[in-house]
Amino acid sequence: MANTLASRKIMTIGEGGTAITLVALAVLSIIVAAKAYTPEYAFHAYLFAAASIAAVFAIINRFYERPVETPLVTADGKPNYNMGPVKFASVAAVIWGVAGFTVGLIIALQLAFPALNLDLPWTTFGRLRPLHTSAVIFAFGGNVLIATSMYVVQRTCRARMAGEIAPWFVVLGYNFFIVIAGTGYLLGITQSKEYAEPEWYSDLFLTVVWVTYFLIYLGTIMRRTEPHIYVANWFYLAFIVTIAVLHLGNNASVPVSLYSPKSYIVWSGVQDAMVQWWYGHNAVGFFLTAGFLGIMYYFIPKRADRPVYSYRLSIIHFWSLIFLYIWAGPHHLHYTALPDWAQTLGMTFSVMLWMPSWGGMINGIMTLSGAWDKLRTDPVLRMMVVSVAFYGMATFEGPLMSIKIVNSLSHYTDWTIGHVHSGALGWVGYISFGALYCLVPWLWNRQLYSLKLVDWHFWISTIGIVLYVSAMWVSGIMQGVMWRSYTSLGFLEYSFVETVEAMHVFYVVRALGGLLFLTGALLMAWNLWKTVTSAASAEPAGLRLAPAE
Amino acid sequence: MSYWSRHAIFEKNSIVLVIGILIVIAIGGLVEIVPLFYLKNTIEKVDGVRPYTPLELAGRNIYVREGCYLCHSQMIRPLRDEVERYGHYSLAAESMYDKPFQWGSKRTGPDLARIGGKYSDDWHRDHLKDPRSVVPGSIMPDYSWLAQTDLDFSHIAQDLKAQALLGVPYTEDMIAKAGADVVAQATNDNPDAADLIKRYPKSNARDFDGDPGRITEADALIAYLQMLGTQVDFKLYDDKVNIR
Repeated sequence: MANTLASRKIMTIGEGGTAITLVALAVLSIIVAAKAYTPEYAFHAYLFAAASIAAVFAIINRFYERPVETPLVTADGKPNYNMGPVKFASVAAVIWGVAGFTVGLIIALQLAFPALNLDLPWTTFGRLRPLHTSAVIFAFGGNVLIATSMYVVQRTCRARMAGEIAPWFVVLGYNFFIVIAGTGYLLGITQSKEYAEPEWYSDLFLTVVWVTYFLIYLGTIMRRTEPHIYVANWFYLAFIVTIAVLHLGNNASVPVSLYSPKSYIVWSGVQDAMVQWWYGHNAVGFFLTAGFLGIMYYFIPKRADRPVYSYRLSIIHFWSLIFLYIWAGPHHLHYTALPDWAQTLGMTFSVMLWMPSWGGMINGIMTLSGAWDKLRTDPVLRMMVVSVAFYGMATFEGPLMSIKIVNSLSHYTDWTIGHVHSGALGWVGYISFGALYCLVPWLWNRQLYSLKLVDWHFWISTIGIVLYVSAMWVSGIMQGVMWRSYTSLGFLEYSFVETVEAMHVFYVVRALGGLLFLTGALLMAWNLWKTVTSAASAEPAGLRLAPAE
Repeated sequence: MSYWSRHAIFEKNSIVLVIGILIVIAIGGLVEIVPLFYLKNTIEKVDGVRPYTPLELAGRNIYVREGCYLCHSQMIRPLRDEVERYGHYSLAAESMYDKPFQWGSKRTGPDLARIGGKYSDDWHRDHLKDPRSVVPGSIMPDYSWLAQTDLDFSHIAQDLKAQALLGVPYTEDMIAKAGADVVAQATNDNPDAADLIKRYPKSNARDFDGDPGRITEADALIAYLQMLGTQVDFKLYDDKVNIR
């Protein structure tokens, strides 16, 4: 009797609490759906209700199917890693990546051929552009960051991830947020803050997901069996903490009503502009840089089988990067109505930021010391090293463009778009692809299906990036020069629309570059799919013996 | 003990690391953002800037919804070519009631900070319906459905109320009459228009979209575009006053 009692299955607080909260959310969503001011908002409320109910069923189902004991933190003296959520986020990253690149190609073509806007509300450039940026930054990039961070923190701490329901809540909740944000843009729900377009209710939901993510991450670090916190985790932690702060500051708003998707931001005018670019630039600095530097500090040493080049440089790199980045926002507001003192501060710190950025680049690339030959033989490593080279290029160009006099030409033009994409395609894209090429075989315990395809991916997309970036350099600088050129009689030489017409050929070349980049990503998706569906390899990946030298 | 080994405190205590990160990232943001709220010369002292009329606000919300800011800036920089192309450089005061700001970051199309009054309502109507009918080289999408969609202003008073809560000087009178003001501003020869203009000086009251029978989203958007940059009278504006 006592024996059966002891082994009776009981719901954990995580399971029961999450289920009850989700039931409450479902009820609230149904009420909101019934009273919503707009059909678009009602649609979102129904999505919330459906997802909550589905999640409750999943939790109950999981409860009935799981063994009595919850999974052990260690098994046979080794950490019992929890890789399910990591696998989910890796797959989601590949799917969102392909989707986000496709939307990017569509909007690139719309700029060259405006008829492709189709004269429909849902397919105009104005609604698709946030869909593209959010899909590539938050859906693709975000899932890569969640997957790699959850993998790296477990491996480098030699500890099972904290929580059982919580990690699933983070990956599924985050991807649900993406669905809400993306469908919202198409339906016209946006607060128009660049890279923070989702409205108040999506922002609130993301806050809960993000705080859970932070707690899992911190909880896992606290469980560590290694004395030191590995450098990659510093960067991931800075990324998670800072994004939370930025998200809360930039999205502070008052909804018109519980039944309305519309809200008004607490800040206004010049202060709102400053808060927005404090957020916007550090979405670059912490989401697209610090997080991905975490990837660099784990995956490059691992793949090259070499230690990180310099421990001291890592320390300097980390603290100076996160300290300086946060100041750089005002360089998005040069010559605007933002006070000069703030612009000057933004410019000064942006120029200084060059140093930690290159310090990090050196630390990444020099990690290959003694293993340079692998650049020739291992296309995955080559991809990651080239990504760090792109990082160096983009972080040189950035400070250059933040100098006020340069910015007076480059601002508002395609030069900015080119700059962003040399960072986004070259740095973020390639380090992510490299990480996925490493991670998927490790997670599924397979050999990568084809290294040859990785080679093809690398070269096709590199040509794509070169076409993209150079087209935007030319069009951006040309546009800036045309806007300010005068005739000998002292009149403005070009009407605005003449400068638009001059862009056409470069917009076509840019779209071609995007097509090549997308083609490369499709090759990757195919390669990873074949990897996962191939037979398991006999020996666990990553444990191969070093060849005799 | 060398300085480098002292870093171990961050590497061995996760909470210390988190606190360290929070302190380091807080400094720059605080220094750059907080003074903007108390330095008096951040926003110029200038006459004429008023909150948006309910119709203009509804139009602005359509501008936001359609992502116009992704291709059009509303921020004229004090550079010779910009001032000659678009008009007086933008003042911080001109966007002091903008929630959120619409300065933009890209000019795929021209700046709109002073578009108000530059073109006729008919031009705007045609341009929204088919941009290439008036500007052959334009790459702007067609927004033909705006003139076919009735404006939903059933909850516009709540929008004003939310903004008033956040410091925009909407009076109770303005909030109470918000719905009626939309009708008064979007129709021709409305008897309530004079009252509206008293509440919102310099506002334009007329049918904007060439379809007097109904109030459409195009009415609201054009009303918004036609007021952009017209509030401050730059014949009277003395920029020396604001130099400190």
